Amino acid sequence: MERIPILRMGRFLLVTIQVDMHDQLALTLQDDLTERIVADRAKGVLIDISSLDVVDSFIGRMISNIAGMSRVLDAQTVVVGMRPAVAITLVELGLDLAGVRTALNVEKGMALLQGSTVA
Amino acid sequence: MAAIMDLRVERKAQLDLRGGEDVVRLRQAVREHAVAVGFSLVDQTKIVTAASELGRNTIQYGGGGKVEITIVTDGARRGVRLEFTDEGPGIADLKLAMQDGFTTGGGLGLGLSGAKRLSDAFDIESSPGKGTRVVIVRWKAR
Repeated sequence: MERIPILRMGRFLLVTIQVDMHDQLALTLQDDLTERIVADRAKGVLIDISSLDVVDSFIGRMISNIAGMSRVLDAQTVVVGMRPAVAITLVELGLDLAGVRTALNVEKGMALLQGSTVA
Repeated sequence: MAAIMDLRVERKAQLDLRGGEDVVRLRQAVREHAVAVGFSLVDQTKIVTAASELGRNTIQYGGGGKVEITIVTDGARRGVRLEFTDEGPGIADLKLAMQDGFTTGGGLGLGLSGAKRLSDAFDIESSPGKGTRVVIVRWKAR
């Protein structure tokens, strides 16, 4: 079955979405990440969406869900690399990803996770 | 409404919408047409996102259907027109369905209302038992 790989870096999980995801793939990622947060005792999740040229309401909801689930599981989520055209479109669509922390790139996202989680 | 039905057609493509993979193909096809018309990156993103919302609706609520992607002209204007049709159960209350946050499928309820905001023209026809047809147009900004 097709899956988005989840990498572990110390206390954090790193996901780079590099394909145009169909809905089932997005749902699988959501489930996989939730399980990995618990299995790996992760304190943070970094999701790099810099390759995505479209984020519609389904993917937006998946991002919100992951942030919410990880919060409940005592982990932080940071979404990085959103393209400007995607940000403009998302807001016009009616999604503002409330409650989701964002950073401009992977480096800044990692710094944000390291600063907000205690070893 | 007649205005967006009677445009001159330059190029036409049709796709079946049956499953999630078809939405990915739809996004790619709409992107190609938007690029062919010379849309800016933001305008490409808007019409591709609107297409993604409407294509998912066709599959999830309409039980599958098809989409016709056309490059249209209206005088000096050029744009991309998308027509989604299904023969599903139809929408009982269109006014309600167009409201932000209204959903019968457990989603965010932004599909129709969001797609309308991302389009320059939007038209929907639906009657219970007969299916739904949604047409949107986005023009190249001049």
